[in-house]
Amino acid sequence: MKIEEKLAIDAFKTDKESHIKIYHEICRTRCKIKYCLFVCPGHLYSYNEQNDEITVEYAGCLECGTCRIACIEGAIDWIYPKGEFGIQYRYG
Amino acid sequence: MEKIDVVIVGGGLSGLTCAYKLADKGLQVIVLERGDFPGSKNVTGGRLYLEPIKPLIGDMFSDAPFERKIVRERWSLFGEENSLNIDFTGEKFRKTGHSYSVLRSTFDRWLSEKLIEKGVFVIPKYRVDDLLWEENRVCGIKSGEEEIPASVVVAADGVLSFIGERAGLKPKMKPKNYAVGIKEVIELTEEKINDRFNVEKGEGCAHLFIGDVTKGMFGGGFLYTNKETISLGVVIGIKAIMERAATVEAHSLIDAFKERYEIKRLLEEGSIVEYSAHVIPEGGYNNISRLYADGILVTGDAAGFALNMGVTVRGMEFAIASGIFAAETILHAFEKGDFSAKTLCLYEERLRNSFVLKDMYNCKDMPEFLDNDAFFNFYPKYFPLFVEKVMWFGEGPKEKIGSTLWKELKSSGMLSFKRLKELYSIKNI
Repeated sequence: MKIEEKLAIDAFKTDKESHIKIYHEICRTRCKIKYCLFVCPGHLYSYNEQNDEITVEYAGCLECGTCRIACIEGAIDWIYPKGEFGIQYRYG
Repeated sequence: MEKIDVVIVGGGLSGLTCAYKLADKGLQVIVLERGDFPGSKNVTGGRLYLEPIKPLIGDMFSDAPFERKIVRERWSLFGEENSLNIDFTGEKFRKTGHSYSVLRSTFDRWLSEKLIEKGVFVIPKYRVDDLLWEENRVCGIKSGEEEIPASVVVAADGVLSFIGERAGLKPKMKPKNYAVGIKEVIELTEEKINDRFNVEKGEGCAHLFIGDVTKGMFGGGFLYTNKETISLGVVIGIKAIMERAATVEAHSLIDAFKERYEIKRLLEEGSIVEYSAHVIPEGGYNNISRLYADGILVTGDAAGFALNMGVTVRGMEFAIASGIFAAETILHAFEKGDFSAKTLCLYEERLRNSFVLKDMYNCKDMPEFLDNDAFFNFYPKYFPLFVEKVMWFGEGPKEKIGSTLWKELKSSGMLSFKRLKELYSIKNI
């Protein structure tokens, strides 16, 4: 099963505003390996070559915080979604 | 807003048990939970060991929605194309409710409903953004523009503990001190689970895997049977996967795990009903946060109370115990009318005299011991291989069993000084 299909099984309530901010200048100048692209369990980060930017599909965020820990350059500003938004686990 | 006695940030096990004990004594308690209900943001592997907390919980869990009583313990070493298991069961485990599998969304929600019956205010969909300060003392919380003043704040906000961070109590989160658990909940009928795991109704199995399941990285696989679901997942050290620099993607490990012959048949006809992920503290004793300051206590995962003991992983009973000790400390503080660190230090004393900090202290060298490639690469590769060599009967006469084993032990390096030193060092952990 593809990761997108797995995420589609989960219950999310999506805020209009992202709870994850990316400081692109830090990614461009300081980060070579781009850990976020492969550590995220939701595989939500991708690299856009055209504008040399990392993007994140914040709506599928499982709120684990792995990216926040792995982004040692500090390019990811990650907070919890506002109350009532984000993943709602039914099993956990 | 009027001053509240205690504000608890986070409706997980430590926050809820803390509130439970405080409500028993008539204090005014608010639990603030950012999810739709307590449990909705929480994830476990997982199982809860009951014996250590039995003296603390009274009848709190007498009608708890446990999934299955764990009576079968399994460990597997996974080579690339073979594996070796240990399968333990015993009457002692069957007779005593020693540990139970749980699902947190169900379990925590149940506990929060008991709290509401006791008159505790459990407020869902409420994210706490910051602390209120009076000089250098914590005196409440802030959410957006709203402020809730309180005599004591309990930071029970989980492994990422933004509140512990705001209070300046939490160490900086380094990749080496954390792992990520990635899990699927797979639905199967109760009978199928009983049959496939060879257990009676109500009984279950806990199974840990090491080796190829993480492609040799720090971590492992896990499988816990619930009543009508299976929790299957992979835990990977964050530093370990970072070091692989894009050659492994975290999300794909669980797919490869499920495709293994050893697992595939266990899950047949099962359908995935949830996909989840959560960070786990792996730093042990040396990465525990400061536990209290003026007006604030830190509990559960927020404090770093989780323990990878190699043969099993623990956390929930630490969270529960810490929540209860926090409550006892707060009650003492109300008796004295003093909420400063001078009084709240009782919390740490309670923890030190209990299994929480004793177990964590005894295992303080475990993270360093386990940070050894041999456990994830070497042993899982060679032990199944030895069995394969011994059990393979090819053309012609079979070589002598003992000498086959001896040759393999030698050529693999199992008898090297390095390996023997490793064996010798287990006396320290």
